Amino acid sequence: MSTADLTAEAVVKRFGDHLAVDSLSFIVEHGSFFSILGPSGCGKTTLLRMIAGFTAPDSGAIAIGGRNMAGVAPNRRPVNMVFQQLALFPMMSVGENVAFGLARRGIGHAERRKKAEAMLARVGLANAADKRVDQLSGGQRQRVAIARSLVLEPTLLLLDEPLGALDLKLREHMKIELKQLQAEFATTFVYITHDQSEALVLSDCVGVMNQGRFEQLGTPQDLYYRPATPFVAAFVGDNNRIVGRAAEVDGAMVQIATEDGWVIRARRHAAVAAGDAVEAFIRPEAATLGREAGQLPPGQPVHEGLVESLLFDGANSAVLLRETRSRREFRIALPQTGQFADLRPAEKVVFSFDPERATCFAARAGAAGRP
Amino acid sequence: MNGAAAGSRRQALLRQGLLMAPALLWLGLLIVLPHVELAVLSLREQVGPRHYVPSLAQYRTFFAEPEYWHVFLRTAWMSAAATLITLLIAFPIAWVIAKIARGRAATLLFLACLIPFWISETVRTLGWMILLRQSGVLPALLVKLGITAAPIEMLYHDSTIMVGLVYTSMLFMIVPLVSSLESLDNSLIEAAYDLGAGGFAVLRRIVIPHAAPGITAGCIVVFMLTLGNYITPTLLGGKNSGWFTEQIYTQFITRFNWEQGAAFGFLLLALSTAMVVIGLRLAGQRFGDVMGSR
Repeated sequence: MSTADLTAEAVVKRFGDHLAVDSLSFIVEHGSFFSILGPSGCGKTTLLRMIAGFTAPDSGAIAIGGRNMAGVAPNRRPVNMVFQQLALFPMMSVGENVAFGLARRGIGHAERRKKAEAMLARVGLANAADKRVDQLSGGQRQRVAIARSLVLEPTLLLLDEPLGALDLKLREHMKIELKQLQAEFATTFVYITHDQSEALVLSDCVGVMNQGRFEQLGTPQDLYYRPATPFVAAFVGDNNRIVGRAAEVDGAMVQIATEDGWVIRARRHAAVAAGDAVEAFIRPEAATLGREAGQLPPGQPVHEGLVESLLFDGANSAVLLRETRSRREFRIALPQTGQFADLRPAEKVVFSFDPERATCFAARAGAAGRP
Repeated sequence: MNGAAAGSRRQALLRQGLLMAPALLWLGLLIVLPHVELAVLSLREQVGPRHYVPSLAQYRTFFAEPEYWHVFLRTAWMSAAATLITLLIAFPIAWVIAKIARGRAATLLFLACLIPFWISETVRTLGWMILLRQSGVLPALLVKLGITAAPIEMLYHDSTIMVGLVYTSMLFMIVPLVSSLESLDNSLIEAAYDLGAGGFAVLRRIVIPHAAPGITAGCIVVFMLTLGNYITPTLLGGKNSGWFTEQIYTQFITRFNWEQGAAFGFLLLALSTAMVVIGLRLAGQRFGDVMGSR
């Protein structure tokens, strides 16, 4: 007995010549928080609209709760959607918004009012039922939009970048709130976003989507620590990207030389042969900074650089430096000890990283200029 | 300091006054003044040559003479019916222009609605007569197709008047409908579907409430235009079309009874005002919202 709430099998959608969704297959387990993460135009919205039923796939099958959804209209699917701009009905009160779906199911006036109020109370909006939508703050509207969907007890709740319109502070707050709501209701969430931090914080499983395909499907930890493709390495989290050629391949380890003569070592994550064009990624927090080589972990190759600028951002502070020989930018996370708070631009520093934590891929065709 | 402030305020007032002047002159000279004159006319009675006394006789005549108030009521209900029919036909057209057609197609469709208005109303109505009269195009076609044995007279029926009125009014309904439907966010419609609504529920709960100001505005304009229309009912309905404007015309021009004509004019004004107020009540709208900014 499978517990999949959503199964997609070889789903394809094209618009004219453009392949928006390219033969996607995936399974979303019951009660999980599944995110689809990708840049704008990657096809994630098209995919979501196919799940909701607003667009029909050209081929392939979508099943929700084990039932094939081919030919099932959006108003007959056990799926509800929280829209990007929320799409609350301005001509109705908050309570009527939440009760709208119940009314469509023919539930009587008194009962749907009771249910709507109970649902509003659960999302922390008790006594808001008689307010107008425009009397609510951004975060409250968000909760009304979610309540309006969850009151119908859908098998699947789809969320289309619902935090995109909020300011940063509120977005951070709503992230936590969304995760708590999902845990409380135990409803399966399918969430699309272009914000990797939202996807990492919220999800049990993330599909990183690019040009209509999943580059990688895995837990947030997988994506971060074990990216399957250069795209994932570049898109998820901060990363230093170094492009060069494989000078030497020694088992899993590759020696990479940039064209301006900087040599680093990294672990390969795909087939790489000597002479291949490659790209390597090193996380800012995987590198160690020092004023002299003795401060660095022993046994790691030492690199030299000049401080370009200090990027103070509280716990996310980093230093941006240029490697001495190649003049390439390299970002290193600063330790919380305040040890390097007095760094000055143009100061000479050394840094190193564990080659095991540097990932090397064969270069993507035509990807030279991309992040 | 104070003097300068007062001076600049006076200047601003002057500028505003000058900008408003054409509209105020138009309102004052062409609308308010003639109506004051008509009001005075309607409230007097001729008792001898060049001798008039104030009286309500003109209004009394209206109620005493069934012919007059029959035509009055008939004009009212036919105008209301024409407004409703126009709304029912215009709504799907406006929906297509606002929501389904894209870019060029939408502009072309809109233009197609506008083009008939480049021709004068009289000429357009005469066009209908060419189509509908006994020796006209449509009766001939019916004979040719074997549907009728002999050409039938399609002019001078109430339904002919109705066709003409709806045709004349269409644009004035479509314009406010299109602009109110265009401002409806598509995601609201999708959200309603997503929450389980069918087409009818979406129309009733989302589309119509959103478009209510546009619907009301269109209905008010069309109703007023229809009520005050003279050419269409007279040409398509013939001499006895029984339209109230025709009665007013007769009083002023044929009978030279300006007092009676003025009273009729005021009764028509009262009717259209009453219908607009009732219409706004029914739609739960305020006049300012309907006619003002959207």
